[in-house]
Amino acid sequence: MKHLMSPLDFTAAELDNLFDLAGDIEKFPAKYAHICNGKKLATCFYEPSTRTRLSFEAAMINLGGQVLGFSDAASSSASKGESVSDTIRMISCYADICAMRHPKEGAPMVASTKSRIPVINAGDGGHQHPTQTLTDLLTIRSLKGRLGNFTIGLCGDLKFGRTVHSLINALIRYPNIKFIFISPVELKIPDYIREDVLRKNNIPFEEVIRLEDSMADLDLLYMTRVQRERFFNEEDYVRLKDFYILDKEKMALAKEDMLVLHPLPRVNEISVEVDEDPRAVYFKQVQYGVYVRMALILTLLELSE
Amino acid sequence: MLNVGKIEEGFVLDHIKAGKSLYIYKHLQLDQLDCTVAIIKNAKSGKMGKKDILKVECDINTLNLDILGFIDHTITVNVIKCGEIVEKKELVLPKEIKNVIQCKNPRCITSIEQGLPHIFVLTDAEKEIYRCKYCEEKCAEK
Repeated sequence: MKHLMSPLDFTAAELDNLFDLAGDIEKFPAKYAHICNGKKLATCFYEPSTRTRLSFEAAMINLGGQVLGFSDAASSSASKGESVSDTIRMISCYADICAMRHPKEGAPMVASTKSRIPVINAGDGGHQHPTQTLTDLLTIRSLKGRLGNFTIGLCGDLKFGRTVHSLINALIRYPNIKFIFISPVELKIPDYIREDVLRKNNIPFEEVIRLEDSMADLDLLYMTRVQRERFFNEEDYVRLKDFYILDKEKMALAKEDMLVLHPLPRVNEISVEVDEDPRAVYFKQVQYGVYVRMALILTLLELSE
Repeated sequence: MLNVGKIEEGFVLDHIKAGKSLYIYKHLQLDQLDCTVAIIKNAKSGKMGKKDILKVECDINTLNLDILGFIDHTITVNVIKCGEIVEKKELVLPKEIKNVIQCKNPRCITSIEQGLPHIFVLTDAEKEIYRCKYCEEKCAEK
């Protein structure tokens, strides 16, 4: 039985199979509409989430399965002091697969050690969010036609953004990728990413402050939100929150086939006027999130053949 | 000059960094053994200037080499039988250590989940970096 805790739990070859399956689901959804009849997904969300929980639920419903679960810790037995280990033992009796989000880092991993059903990490604190990374990779692969041979700009909060760190770790396994990190000095990528991941693997990268200076070089631009909850000081947040605003003028500097991705929710960092630009693919990305979660559920339930 | 006599059977931990012997005493749980333990602090050393030494008169199998390897793999472990050194054990960095140190990350699941072992995994042998198995926080005690 396989679980998903980190995007690196799958080899590049296993990811290819997963993305092939997601691509087939996109083309022939009817073929998969009843494949999970009688199967149940438990969504155990110990903290609120809109996109991820609904994406998992939509994925299971699209496969003909059913969904049960809770959407915050207050409505679960965690409020009575139940451990994650005990909860997953109970959930194992009710469902066939579980997607778990928890504010404590490593909670889904603990669950996976006690579970009789596959567990998917749907986000654990500031640690991992593997299905977002799978979504990002599938979006790039589907819309660019390849994973590799491109220059990607990552812009915004590169210090605290877990999606950025996960994506870098996943992308370095593909050939000929150059990173351009665009951030204010206060939100630069952490040292361990720069030293232990990039320099250690001889991955080319640049660090810049101005988005305009790099736009013309990019094949992909991954925008992120500056998250208020990561700051101890409101003054710093206010100063940095609108540091980058992607608008029509900046998009005019970019290649015609450059793509803009964003893990969402978007606040001010992408002007709404950019939404109509065909290169803005962040809402398509949400759709790919459903396909990749469908493929993941099928793979972990061993129903993909 | 202070003299501490030979032990008949047990082990001598030599070349401990000066000041670290009590830390090792604690982590090897030597306080729980009902045997003779000598803690020698700040002994003169040609190689190190100053060093600590621990002499423990007990069954050698009670020694947890993994913990010792994690704390300092350059320590010399001499196994003593009939008053003589019969073996020098080499320490290596253990791949994993369990319940030796606690994860300090307040966001880690180990901070709330009862009965969960604190496990650290060796992620970079060259830099001797251990990370929490659950949250991947770097161990600050190395």
